[in-house]
Amino acid sequence: MSILNPFFGRFGGMYVPEVLIPALEELEQTFVQAQQNENFKRELNELLINYAGRPTKLTLCRNLTRGTKTKIYLKREDLLHGGAHKTNQVIGQALLARHMGKTRIIAETGAGQHGVATALICALLGFKCRIYMGKKDAERQRPNVFRMRLMGAEVCEVTSGSCSLKDACNEALRDYAANFNTTHYMIGTAAGPHPFPTIVREFQKVIGEEARAQLQQIEGRDPDAAIACVGGGSNAIGLFTAFLDSKVPLYGVEPAGLGLDSNKHGATLERGTEGIFFGARSLNLQNEDGQIYESYSISAGLDFPSVGPQHAYLQDIGRVKYVGATDNEALEAFVLLSEREGIIPAMESSHALAQAIKMMRENPDKEQILLVNLSGRGDKDIFNVDKILHERGLIAADGSILIDQINPQR
Amino acid sequence: MTAKSLRFQNTFKALRQKNEGAFVPFVTLCDPNLETSVKILHTLCAAGADALELGLPFSDPCADGTVIQAADKRALNSGATTDRCFEAVSRLRADYPDIPISLLVYVNLVTVYGMEKFFEQARVNGVDAVLMADVPCCMLSCGEDFVAAAEAHGIELVLIAPSNASDKIVREIAARSQGYVYALSRYGITGTENVFGRPVAMLKRLKELNSAPALLGFGISTPEHVKIALQCGADGAICGSAIVKIIERNLNNETAMLEELTIFVRNMKAATKGR
Ligand SMILES: Cc1ncc(COP(=O)(O)O)c(C=O)c1O
Repeated sequence: MSILNPFFGRFGGMYVPEVLIPALEELEQTFVQAQQNENFKRELNELLINYAGRPTKLTLCRNLTRGTKTKIYLKREDLLHGGAHKTNQVIGQALLARHMGKTRIIAETGAGQHGVATALICALLGFKCRIYMGKKDAERQRPNVFRMRLMGAEVCEVTSGSCSLKDACNEALRDYAANFNTTHYMIGTAAGPHPFPTIVREFQKVIGEEARAQLQQIEGRDPDAAIACVGGGSNAIGLFTAFLDSKVPLYGVEPAGLGLDSNKHGATLERGTEGIFFGARSLNLQNEDGQIYESYSISAGLDFPSVGPQHAYLQDIGRVKYVGATDNEALEAFVLLSEREGIIPAMESSHALAQAIKMMRENPDKEQILLVNLSGRGDKDIFNVDKILHERGLIAADGSILIDQINPQR
Repeated sequence: MTAKSLRFQNTFKALRQKNEGAFVPFVTLCDPNLETSVKILHTLCAAGADALELGLPFSDPCADGTVIQAADKRALNSGATTDRCFEAVSRLRADYPDIPISLLVYVNLVTVYGMEKFFEQARVNGVDAVLMADVPCCMLSCGEDFVAAAEAHGIELVLIAPSNASDKIVREIAARSQGYVYALSRYGITGTENVFGRPVAMLKRLKELNSAPALLGFGISTPEHVKIALQCGADGAICGSAIVKIIERNLNNETAMLEELTIFVRNMKAATKGR
């Protein structure tokens, strides 16, 4: 039996074939011991500071909010080495893998950011590394595929199922079931079977702890809302955990794709039903038999038909409000932040930003402080966004972007 | 409370008396479609299968190799639903009242369909036992209580025993697995690409612990493999991917498919005799 509670309310658990239980128990035990181990903590901290670049900055938007009384603070995980928050937790998991004596690490990736983070830490610590990535995602996140290969990872483009993130997860699980003796499966988000959701949260909660302290120092108070995008849920739980004991309103932003009523979205928390998938009881996009649907989003990192179990729980108890941002809203936020602040956000993070912009526009005269987790940088997205803007005729003859036309719902 | 089905127990008793091992073919229900699938089930029984293990097709079969993944996809593309799969079972059951039938499922199909309704429908349509590929011992009753629901509807719950299980888990499996124990020949996923291992020690331990009969599965594809499985101490062998490959090879010729299945099953069954 597990040492830590594998459930969050009725969500979570470790629904995997029996053959994987010894590996998950070993991981849990190693994690619990590491939490008490000064050497482990020292090495983790050293890497977080001197290799990854923690603490990350908190940046106040100067221009985006002009004409309103809203202040938007960005928690700059985009500045973390690797380009996204993913690096925080891969360092922790890689050290655990080393403690367990594993020599090989595998991972799934959607946007390629977790793949990049995995590849870089494997290069640093000398693990063999294989990344599973849906073929569809490999195409729309090409720069990251090359980054991973450059850092010595083997990238395996998955062509089974819907060729996206869930199929990459399935392939990684299949690999793990055969090779767990030598291999650690480095799950990239706060989902999957216990103990992954807990481990990933514990290694990501530094985001919120830093941000809350930084904001206290600058503003002398908590924000009026803390906002993060939700794919599997790691950057969101990383931001939220420090605020769970407070009354600060928390918003998780899901990919509403072409609209919540369009069948083309990845809004698992808003539109999903309960079931057991990817090792845990949570909410899934699925039919009445339990067959999992393909999700949809402009953003590869949010394009997932399930979600980490703690988010299902936090929604259930009403602590976090989960809302959607459409492709268009996210695209507009992507361009706006680039144009107004000189920061190119990841398409994923643009969803969180879109929610902040919505709250700002709804109440221009309200004095409010919004904390947005800028989970990653958008360099990986520029080719894809360029293509989309051209296809939609949103680039003027002189090459400038017709920003006011991006989001017709506005 | 429905009484427990006795078909597995009776079949194993009869086999022991004949000094035979069990040969249990696996196919995915509704592969390639409902009508052909029903014919396949009849063919497997007529050719001498001692029991059937039948998979419910799933969108994300993460414990399966490419052959069964493709079978699940064919089934779902042909319009398979859980109810249609139950229909296939009940049409077989009408003609073969005594053959033991187990369903191999991914747990989401049970939990989303409705756990109680699932076990009830399984029983009503002639299923004797259910294996949930992604429910380990420690999750059997601590979330939803699968054990209680199966028992209430007279369905046996078969557990899967991997060779890396701790002795504590092997004891638990021996004590709790009903109908049979699915003994894994090796780690990994279904498929014939990798040879199967010989978990002799675990099979011996299961015997010592008086478990339900152990069927060895994963990677069994020839009569020689069946013989080895029995020599290792298993009470029978389960063969999936090799059978599903016959279906896959003959998608355009149903007659040839059924003929090839008949010959294959006969040969595999022959290998269980006179051990
Ligand atoms: C920059 C960025 N943000 C967010 C996500 C979504 O993942 P999660 O919900 O685990 O934070 C991804 C995933 O690839 C990402 O790359």
